[in-house]
Amino acid sequence: MEVKIKSMKHEDFKDNEYIDKLVEELNASGTNVVVGKLDQLINWGISNSLWPFCFGTSCCAIEFMCLGAARYDMARFGFEVARNSPRQADYIMCQGTITYRMAPALKRLYEQMAEPKYVIACGACTVSGGPFKNSYCVVKGVDEIIPVDVYLPGCPPRPEAMFYALMQLQRKIKVQKFFGGVNRKEKRKEFFESKQVAPTVEQAQDSTIENLNNQE
Amino acid sequence: MADFQEQIGNLCPEAQFDASGEFLLVTVPDEKWHDLATALKNEMHFDYLTALVGVDWKEELGVMYYLTNTETQDMIHVKVATTDREQPRLHSVSDLWAVANYQEREVFDFYGIEFINHPDMRRFFLRNDWVGYPLRKDYDESPEKNPIRLDDEQNEDDTYRLVEDENGNVTRVDGKVFEDEEYVINVGPQHPSTHGVMRYRASIEGELVKKVDVVSGYIHRGIEKMCESLTYPQTLLYTERLDYMSAHINRHCLCLCIEKAMGLEVPRRAEIIRMTMDELMRLSSHLLSYGCLTMDQGATTAFFYGFRERELIYDIFDKTCGARMSMSYMTIGGVVADVHPDFIKDVRNCCDVVTEKLKEYHKLFSGNVIAVNRMKGVGILGKEDAINYAVTGPSGRASGCHCDVRKCHPYSLYNEVDFDEVILENGDSMDRYMVRMKEMEECIKILRQCCDMLEAEGIEGEYIAKVPKLIKLPAGHWYQQVEGSRGAFGVYLESDGDPKPFQKPYRLHFQSPCFNLVGVVDLTCKDNLIADLITITASIDYVIPDIDR
Ligand code: SF4
Repeated sequence: MEVKIKSMKHEDFKDNEYIDKLVEELNASGTNVVVGKLDQLINWGISNSLWPFCFGTSCCAIEFMCLGAARYDMARFGFEVARNSPRQADYIMCQGTITYRMAPALKRLYEQMAEPKYVIACGACTVSGGPFKNSYCVVKGVDEIIPVDVYLPGCPPRPEAMFYALMQLQRKIKVQKFFGGVNRKEKRKEFFESKQVAPTVEQAQDSTIENLNNQE
Repeated sequence: MADFQEQIGNLCPEAQFDASGEFLLVTVPDEKWHDLATALKNEMHFDYLTALVGVDWKEELGVMYYLTNTETQDMIHVKVATTDREQPRLHSVSDLWAVANYQEREVFDFYGIEFINHPDMRRFFLRNDWVGYPLRKDYDESPEKNPIRLDDEQNEDDTYRLVEDENGNVTRVDGKVFEDEEYVINVGPQHPSTHGVMRYRASIEGELVKKVDVVSGYIHRGIEKMCESLTYPQTLLYTERLDYMSAHINRHCLCLCIEKAMGLEVPRRAEIIRMTMDELMRLSSHLLSYGCLTMDQGATTAFFYGFRERELIYDIFDKTCGARMSMSYMTIGGVVADVHPDFIKDVRNCCDVVTEKLKEYHKLFSGNVIAVNRMKGVGILGKEDAINYAVTGPSGRASGCHCDVRKCHPYSLYNEVDFDEVILENGDSMDRYMVRMKEMEECIKILRQCCDMLEAEGIEGEYIAKVPKLIKLPAGHWYQQVEGSRGAFGVYLESDGDPKPFQKPYRLHFQSPCFNLVGVVDLTCKDNLIADLITITASIDYVIPDIDR
């Protein structure tokens, strides 16, 4: 018995309605030539030297390590400089379940990253809670806490799938607006407002300062 | 069994016995338990606390203890319970078996049972502001009670003890984990060298570590609770997400436990395949720990070497199971599919390659001056301590313990294959590393024999027994252990025998080896350099999701 596996066709791989739409939206009001070119240059640079922040909590992290090892070798795409400090990284690849106890730490790590920053939700756990959806202490998808740019399903995703997610992120970056691109930040603000989660560290600090002022 | 009953009856006349299960079950009232435990340990040599499981029987809350005599490998099973649900209290045995310290904290976390005379009664997995005890049957799961909190935990240093005086009055004494004048540094929870989300708080003097407080639970997913609402075949999935580096082995263990409860006979071919998979897994796990240990000391190239060979094993899994990790291959009654036609050839090839490469590894790293200086005589764990802290697996064997479950309590077909249990003496980081390197050779030895056995079975055969569609277990409890890549992995399964349309486990507990391993971090790191904390923990080699479950 022969099993035929339908692999992804090249056209499908390139087919990104969602990104096309994004480009259209961005260009709706036209682009200044100089700014547009600069944008392109910067985005080309960012997208080809994306440095990941090592954030592996569980099984998916092992597959990510395979990505860094000899066979898959993500250095080919400019991803190899895995950083251990969020301040030096461009994106968080969330590998593994996020629990209630870890949630504040993840939030804080995200806040510590420098702009521009991106998030890939890698694995079923980070997309939706995955096999642990019914648990009493698992966050049902990291998008409850931080905004996500690319969702990557799988339990764990194969290294090839991880590449696909990373390249998808590259594509997204290539069309973003760096100058005058306020929309990303705006969206992020909206995101945090809509989530109505407990105050962030910064907000908490602000409120304590306010309290202090009031006391005075 | 009968003489245990007599001996224990003399020691504690109140004890009740039940010899119908696998092991002798002794039920003791709590007031007598500590005295009996002392006698069991000192007089009857039950020095290894194999498992400590909290259970909620609705009218009672209690703990099941499994004790092993390390000389004769006899096991007994003790039950202690209390009917008080408002303020359940039992006596602690952490002064007798050091491993009970963390395990009792786990029970406290899950069931709210407080242990009298326990030195440090804090939650272990959940945040200290958590409301309720999740594994109780009447736990309120509504998200309003415990929302996702994004603020930091408060008062981490606060702890308390319950002290009992001669008259049996219990008083609460508050305390601190670290004194104010101690200099405490924080490692984790997101630190590359803790191999996952583990957090240590180390009190240091100059550069020497004085005390390490382990803060765990950053990847606690509540697997045991979730299992209680799934059918037996569904629970299998979680075993692979505990210690993902011994996925097959853990799954094998739960399968064996359920099969034991059902009284199911597994075809020989299936057992051979399972054993082969187990050993491949172990090989892959040891290769990974080689890679990580070397990388933690700065030898990045060696890491790549370890991973290069692991890909061979991944390929074998990929071909037969259809996945590289989380294979979901074993099932109740056998395995889900027969092996790939190339299986035997691939396994043999893998054995040959790894045998060759192991020489290279030794040349590259084992004799290296830096490695030797950083590992030899560092982080010593004595044999007594290893047993006391129930450290098993390669780390236990490096301290000279005879603790390989494959030899002590043979399961599957391990009594048909010929291999040696690698035991070293010094118990330092170097020995822990060397045990793994030597064990890889043993793995290869077993794998070659497995290939022969599989060849003798023919190309095709029966790989799964006839299993009823609905799996129903009689009321009772079972304990099964196997040798995981990091130590003895155990499954405690309790069934209430209730023939609901889909029967679910009443209680399923995973006794993970890494949980015990992390218990010795404080002991082994004490008076060592803070920089060596990393090498020591890397050589102990635990997997965090296995600790937290
Ligand atoms: S998605 Fe699957 S493999 Fe990844 S962390 Fe979750 S359980 Fe593990």
